[in-house]
Amino acid sequence: MEELLHQLSNGLALGGIYALIALGYTMVYGILRLINFAHGDLFTLGAYLGLTLLTSFGLAGHIQAGFATALVLIFSMGLVALVGLALERVAYRPLRGSDRLCAVVSALGASIFFQNAMMLFYGARSLVYPPGILPDASIHIFGAELPLARFLMFAFSVLLMCLLYWFIHKTRLGAAIRAVAIDPNTARLMGINVDSVISLIFFIGPALGGAAGVMVGLYYGQITYDMGFGFGLKAFTAAILGGIGNIPGAMLGGILLGLIETISSAYLSIAWKDAVAFAVLILILVFRPTGLLGERVADKI
Amino acid sequence: MDNRQSYLELRDLSVGYAQADVLHGISMRVEEGEIIALLGANGAGKTTALTAISGLLRPRAGGIFFAGRSLHATPSHKIVEMGITHAPEGRRVFGSLSVMDNLKLGAFTLKDGKQKKKLLDWVCELFPRLRERGEQLAGTLSGGEQQMLSIGRALMSDPKILLLDEPSLGLAPMLVAAIFKSIREINDRGVTVILVEQNARAALKIADRGYVLEVGKMVLEDKAEVLLANTQVQAAYLGGAKVT
Amino acid sequence: MSIRKLWDRHSHSPALFIVFFVFMALLPTLLDLGKAAGGGIAWLDMLNKIGISAALALSLNLILGQTGLFHMGHTAFFAVGAYATAILNTLYGWPVFHTLPVAGLLAALAGLAVALPIIRLRGDYLLIVTVGIVEIVRIALTNNIFDLTGGANGIYGISRPVIFGMVFNTPKLQYYLIWAFTAFSVFFFYRLEHSRFGRALCFIKADEIAAAGCGINVALCKLTAFTLGACFAGMAGTLYAANIRTIEPSSFNFYESVILFAIVILGGAGSIAGVLLGSFLLIGLQDLFRDFQSARMLFFGSAMVAMMIFRPQGLIPRQGGPKLACEIPLLPAPEQLEDASKGDVSDGKKDGGRDAFPA
Repeated sequence: MEELLHQLSNGLALGGIYALIALGYTMVYGILRLINFAHGDLFTLGAYLGLTLLTSFGLAGHIQAGFATALVLIFSMGLVALVGLALERVAYRPLRGSDRLCAVVSALGASIFFQNAMMLFYGARSLVYPPGILPDASIHIFGAELPLARFLMFAFSVLLMCLLYWFIHKTRLGAAIRAVAIDPNTARLMGINVDSVISLIFFIGPALGGAAGVMVGLYYGQITYDMGFGFGLKAFTAAILGGIGNIPGAMLGGILLGLIETISSAYLSIAWKDAVAFAVLILILVFRPTGLLGERVADKI
Repeated sequence: MDNRQSYLELRDLSVGYAQADVLHGISMRVEEGEIIALLGANGAGKTTALTAISGLLRPRAGGIFFAGRSLHATPSHKIVEMGITHAPEGRRVFGSLSVMDNLKLGAFTLKDGKQKKKLLDWVCELFPRLRERGEQLAGTLSGGEQQMLSIGRALMSDPKILLLDEPSLGLAPMLVAAIFKSIREINDRGVTVILVEQNARAALKIADRGYVLEVGKMVLEDKAEVLLANTQVQAAYLGGAKVT
Repeated sequence: MSIRKLWDRHSHSPALFIVFFVFMALLPTLLDLGKAAGGGIAWLDMLNKIGISAALALSLNLILGQTGLFHMGHTAFFAVGAYATAILNTLYGWPVFHTLPVAGLLAALAGLAVALPIIRLRGDYLLIVTVGIVEIVRIALTNNIFDLTGGANGIYGISRPVIFGMVFNTPKLQYYLIWAFTAFSVFFFYRLEHSRFGRALCFIKADEIAAAGCGINVALCKLTAFTLGACFAGMAGTLYAANIRTIEPSSFNFYESVILFAIVILGGAGSIAGVLLGSFLLIGLQDLFRDFQSARMLFFGSAMVAMMIFRPQGLIPRQGGPKLACEIPLLPAPEQLEDASKGDVSDGKKDGGRDAFPA
């Protein structure tokens, strides 16, 4: 029982991270029907930027760790968001109206570019986050002693997701995003600047991905330049699992996938845990492609 | 030649797609406060004309002028801000959003909360059904209700010119009459209306003037009563029967 | 007649291919003669790499370039063939050449198995599934599945191919073997392209619904293309295994699939000449700039983006130009696009053949 609780809490922490990355994929796909291959690398960029900020400000292990971490998070998110904006402008906007295959190739090219830029800049070996930032304490639940850090991770993910949900459903801009996701041309007729909305998507999505990157660094300690591929593919799986284009779907899918992965790695085999996620991807697409909560993709281009 | 500027003017407009033009050098003028009927068979180019005005399509040649200002290369969202709103063909309501959300989206370009509320009240006065169905998903509305929503949504931007594309399409005759009555009321409030319709009779009955498009060319232009009485128009678009 | 017109007219003619392969046949001799100018063996090694990649890319071209299926998992079939050869050779003592048909067959079966459930998925989904498949295959190989694959270290000590007693154990001999296979591939795919089947694939790529309306069995054609492509990939795998004699899972990763994908697209989707040129450029340049590992990848990534913006039809477009009926036009007419029905995950190229990136 204790073991199960450990795995579940692990799964939640991981799932929250997947969910944050998945949101970036799902929002972009919902409007542009584009798999933003570079999104996983923006997540990685967040992790690296977070590390740079942490170490260069000598904040590691100091007092006020919580405040410092918050600052680092905000800065990383902001910087990654700006890169996301640039990415859209350079690699995707010129291809609007072209063959979808072109957009895919461009996305792949952008991904290769980012990955190798990070490898050049930061080196090919994995880097380590300074320890001791996340609290060591444990909490007692149902007789098990579980690390508080896990729940902090999960809670933070949930916080960001709630913020996003509020933004999308309660603000004017959020309504504009929803409109563009349904029907971009009619949205134009409402006076909505669709290009700006798309830029906004490429700001929010990468920001969330960047946050996930910092969290991965803090929680798992080690980051590598190519971790974006694995995380990215799994996060995209999560987005499909929940229903692509569907924001609550991405949240649900992420958490679910995190749980599935941790449980199967604990009770089946660690070596195959990645394969499990990909198997989920294939199974979903073959048997229930619209996902658990249903697709929401723009129905008139 | 009348040198006075028209409120809205299309001048030798040619619009089309990559392969071919749909409109070949058409001209049209609309004065403030008028209801203009734009008639023609399927594929004549009526929707294309409206889409060009609202900026979704760029003209290949010719110009569109609103109160003297050229709309050339103005993006759609700016055109809405300038005061021209297009209620597109096929209604195109945001199906997975509620009726109220749809209406509020229509007011996207407005900043003043009081103005928005006043417009909402007016729209709900015109189409009480919309307030009744306020929280329902727009996709679950009937055809007639969706048409009301589409027009109401367009009105929420407080337009000076309203472009209506086939409001009667697919609606029962009683509903058509109700919709057209509402269009009259909208016009009475000061909104200029350009009405694209296949139902030529209903359109000409409320219009001031009419234009007839045929295969991308403007073939007729006159006062509405004159067009109604025109035998050619009768034969082609009014079912041949003599208008009483 | 201008050079350009000459090129356009002849860039896909058999004559050009024949000239090319004659040149390739003479190349080792030329290199020998010019040996004073630089190490012949290094060149031969690079050319061997290019040859295998070219054969592999040609097999992908059938699936991606001609039929228009977004397939990013081709390395998986390559791996199946390579490992089949490696296992049969090292564990069961099969001569390499005897493994060739088996590798092709196994890879073909793998292709069929993969394609059957996913053939109806729409483009992006097909893409992402194939990515998943490559990863699963790689993980399976690394985990020493069935205790046959040697785990992360792979399999070593694969023997050289032997035909009629002649052992192909020098780079030069390898060269002739590899390029003979590539020549055969070019011949095969060229004939296929100009057959009824090839035309059917062309129509499927342009507009699936219309093709079905013409009586083409779309699903069967897609499956056949996939299986054939996988088969050739498997056979290329045999040659690869016999060439480098040690294979390991990390050489069959997603990244290699991306390179193949890029060769086909950047070279000119559907164009055999383009794929050949693409192989030379991408693999050759990769090798030449081996020392500038990351910088050259930065360049590669940016080149991919730039190519899509400025020359999306590739270096040597299909049939020498974008105006053929079978070529997908690049600019859609917005109003000609119909609603894609909600929840439709089938290959939704309904809208007059346009599978467009929304404007």
